[in-house]
Amino acid sequence: MSEAVGGHAFQYSSARHQAESAVSGMWLFLATEMMFFGPLFLAWIFCRHADPAAFDAGARQTDLFIGTINTALLITSSLSYSFGVAFIETGRRRAMILCLVIAWLLGGAFLMLKFAVEWPHDFERGLFPGAEFVFTPAERNGAQLFFVFYFFSTAIHGMHLVVGLGLVAWIMLRAREFTPSRNTAVFVVGLYWSFVDMVWIILYPLIYLIGRGP
Amino acid sequence: MRSLLPQASANAAEVDYLILALLLASCLVLALVFGLMLVYVSRYRADARVERGKLAQKTWRLEIGWTAATFVVFFGLFLWGADLYVRLFQPPRDALQIYVVGKQWMWKVEHQSGQREINALHVPTGRAIQLVLTSEDVIHDFSVPAFRIKHDVLPDRYETLWFQVEKAGVYHLFCTQFCGEGHASMIGEIVAMSPPEYEDWLGQSASGAGAHESMAAAGEVLFTRYGCGGCHGEGGVGGKQSGGGVDAPPLAGLYGEKVTLDTGAVVTADESYIRDCIISPEKQRVAGYPPIMPSFAGQLEEENLLRVIAYIKSLKPTERR
Amino acid sequence: MTVTETRSQTSYLSDGYTLRSWLLTTDHKRIALLYFAAITFFFFVGGIGATLVRYNLLSPKGLLGSAETYNRLFSMHGVVMVWFFLVPAVPTTLGNFLVPLMLGARDLAFPRLNLLSWYLFILAGLVALYALIVGGVDTGWTFYTPLTSFYSKGHVVATVVAVFIAGFSSIATGLNFIVSIHKLRAPGMTWHRMPVFLWSLYATSVIMVLATPVLAMTLLLVAFERLFRIGVFDPAIGGDPLLFQHLFWFYSHPAVYIMILPGFGVISEIVPAFSRKELFGYKFVVWASVAIAVIGFLVWGHHMFVAGTSLYSALVFSILSYMVAVPSAIKVFNWLGTMHKGFIRFDAPMLYALGFIGLFTMGGLTGLFVAALAADVHLTQTYFVVAHFHYVMVGGMVSAYFAALHFWWPKITGRLYPEMWGRAAAIIIFVGFNVTFFPQFILGYLGMPRRYNAYPPEFEALNVLSSGGASILAIGYLLPLGYLAWSLFYGERASANPWGATGLEWTTPSPPPTENFETTPVVTLPPYSYPYTETSRDE
Repeated sequence: MSEAVGGHAFQYSSARHQAESAVSGMWLFLATEMMFFGPLFLAWIFCRHADPAAFDAGARQTDLFIGTINTALLITSSLSYSFGVAFIETGRRRAMILCLVIAWLLGGAFLMLKFAVEWPHDFERGLFPGAEFVFTPAERNGAQLFFVFYFFSTAIHGMHLVVGLGLVAWIMLRAREFTPSRNTAVFVVGLYWSFVDMVWIILYPLIYLIGRGP
Repeated sequence: MRSLLPQASANAAEVDYLILALLLASCLVLALVFGLMLVYVSRYRADARVERGKLAQKTWRLEIGWTAATFVVFFGLFLWGADLYVRLFQPPRDALQIYVVGKQWMWKVEHQSGQREINALHVPTGRAIQLVLTSEDVIHDFSVPAFRIKHDVLPDRYETLWFQVEKAGVYHLFCTQFCGEGHASMIGEIVAMSPPEYEDWLGQSASGAGAHESMAAAGEVLFTRYGCGGCHGEGGVGGKQSGGGVDAPPLAGLYGEKVTLDTGAVVTADESYIRDCIISPEKQRVAGYPPIMPSFAGQLEEENLLRVIAYIKSLKPTERR
Repeated sequence: MTVTETRSQTSYLSDGYTLRSWLLTTDHKRIALLYFAAITFFFFVGGIGATLVRYNLLSPKGLLGSAETYNRLFSMHGVVMVWFFLVPAVPTTLGNFLVPLMLGARDLAFPRLNLLSWYLFILAGLVALYALIVGGVDTGWTFYTPLTSFYSKGHVVATVVAVFIAGFSSIATGLNFIVSIHKLRAPGMTWHRMPVFLWSLYATSVIMVLATPVLAMTLLLVAFERLFRIGVFDPAIGGDPLLFQHLFWFYSHPAVYIMILPGFGVISEIVPAFSRKELFGYKFVVWASVAIAVIGFLVWGHHMFVAGTSLYSALVFSILSYMVAVPSAIKVFNWLGTMHKGFIRFDAPMLYALGFIGLFTMGGLTGLFVAALAADVHLTQTYFVVAHFHYVMVGGMVSAYFAALHFWWPKITGRLYPEMWGRAAAIIIFVGFNVTFFPQFILGYLGMPRRYNAYPPEFEALNVLSSGGASILAIGYLLPLGYLAWSLFYGERASANPWGATGLEWTTPSPPPTENFETTPVVTLPPYSYPYTETSRDE
């Protein structure tokens, strides 16, 4: 059923009731997403444990520069979106739209850097596991495990980012209907967007930093 | 054909007692549950004019009571099953070792003295037998119902199980981990015979056509062919750079000993350890030696690997360095 | 409640007759029926697989001839029955229909998400059917590696994608229920005034939401390994096939509680109604559901006692497996306690419920056998385990599903089913089930392995008996298809509360109007407030 007159769906007693439920729903969904990424992080721990030296040798081949820029982009994007939420809560719709546009562009830049620059470069350097893998025999196995993890996790994260971009765009398209008392959708999408950022904040050290320790 | 499963191994009767006890406990519970249901549906049917009286008020005592009783019984069953399992997990030190390689879709058996079998395993009764199992491809499972024993067989790893047969006879061997098209045809026989008959069988298969040298002898040939002696020395006495070779640990007397790795960890040199050293030496480096051993991954078939390991196991230390 | 009152509100069935009004509905009751059609279809697809499997096993050489065909058939049977029947069965049909009604709400928290979950399910089903039609998969429903990733000749990726999508349908349903139960309870309905069916679905939903994503990730990892011929489960590069098993069973063990907890909820509604007595030990029953959901996450390693895990892990998982059985035992005792001194009637729902109690208890007790470590070494991977899980899942859960269908049929359709046929089917199913599956306990103890298309001749007699039972069981399952369909056109019209049961769903007309309730109900009584005197049913 579409939203009834009075601003809330008919099974709810008030708009606030509905807003609370929507927010709870998103938090619960994010819990499922944690359980989705959890096994991936477990796989990382497991694979590294098999042969830490070779795993780290693989990790040192990642592009720390791009990885770090990307992290900065995503964190800034999340910050920008949060400002957008704050702005709409005080009624400044145009400021909200601007913040969301910035957040969207930063997210898009991340995608471009990751998949149009970093990945092709990795392929060129023979880092995709399989026949052409370019490591010495002693390090080959552990490094391949690292790169299986790397390509797989960045792909999955990337897909979540694409979905996030779609959601942010959807909010921007609906911007006109949001008011200080009616902006749950903005907030809920913001939760998702921040979550995608947080997954990256975990992936960043696992991929780029751990192998480079002293 | 027999309708009951023979209790052919030493532990079979114990497992059967456990199962029987579980069966009795289950029957008691079922009698209670079905019995009460039958009593209730007849006595308390809707139109029955029986005096129902008042309902019990303080029911939580009953609840705690039957919950506690359930816990106690279950804990007892756990202990019983665990105790037997722990003993099943630990082969006796003097067990006779036989090597098994599973592949799609057959079992390849090799005795230390060189006898090879396909889908069959001859063993003596009255003696602990330990199988060292590995797979060439997918996960299989070596299962002998008459011995109440089974274990998964994995690629790139050694698993073991042990049993002691008390009754001579021929028993089913099944693969019990789904492994593809030929899963149901990966069956064989365990032939258990009295020790003198077993010795005869060993003798016959040693001299007949298709006889093979012992596993250790075959392993020695491989040890030379793959150049292991070049670093580890003839007879595995170890290498020394100062002696014109490379620093390589001695292998004589290695099996069963404790080894200190460069990470500080101490491991026991069993079959799995030796296999890992040959196939993926980078995973565990011995302390005090340069990390130069190459990997032989992909160069040795599983059965040849087992023969090399059998050879290394046979090397006794001549002098300590 | 009289019949004339129902005419004042449009029943949800009459509220729009176009295809669009059904395919784009957000009414939870219509979505429940959409699911019901899909579930029924898949039940028969999986049933065909089972029929062919039992047909093949009539002969020690395997009547179908080809081992590869047999392997694909049992794999299909498992995949379809687990993910396309058992996991969704009660939650998406009875759950979707009843949760808002029992809560006193007008719909679920997220009706459009509900519709999306049905479309996801249909998409998953189409992908699964595609995979089946092009030849299916030969890995078993358990997809162990390296068989699945490197050696299978079947359509692994397609099947795995189907299950992946079905998982998201599951997560969406669970999420909807959890938020609804938290947020949409009618005034006065405290947690301890909720019917046990709601508690059971709540526990089920928590598992759905937390465990299913782990399966999703595991399936993606297997698909990657299959597509690129390299992965984290590959021992050749330092990965481990046991990692797959841990991840897979981390979901698949709680999954069996997803399958059975709704059944427990159903029985907890039916036994009080047909004993006309309040549920014995409500709080214990309710907290038992929660305990099962929690402890159920801690026992996955009991599928791996001979897999090559450590002795310590085996000990821990064995004791935890015994612990998880305790709350189930509590429920059985409480159902019996409910019947004690009750006023018992034998309508079809109650016969199915009694069948459930008997068969589930048998299945649950045999779980104790396989939880005992040393016994499991002998019994695992044999027909003993096959019999164990079919007793709890089919003897238990499918019986509960049928019990629920018959109990709430008048509410959902506004019609009464023919009672004698209902009772006959319940009895035929109980008998057929035991003849099919009891011999399998014996076969398993004697050593017959599972997933074998051909077997040593000494197992023939028991296999023939089992297959014979399967034909009786098949008749039992086909009968309701017939008489329930018949009742839709010719069945007697039902009043609001034909059974005289408690629960808010029985206070609205049969079938309910689209908005469920004219005015929001207010709850003042505890659940199962049956007056403890003889009362007649509401006709």
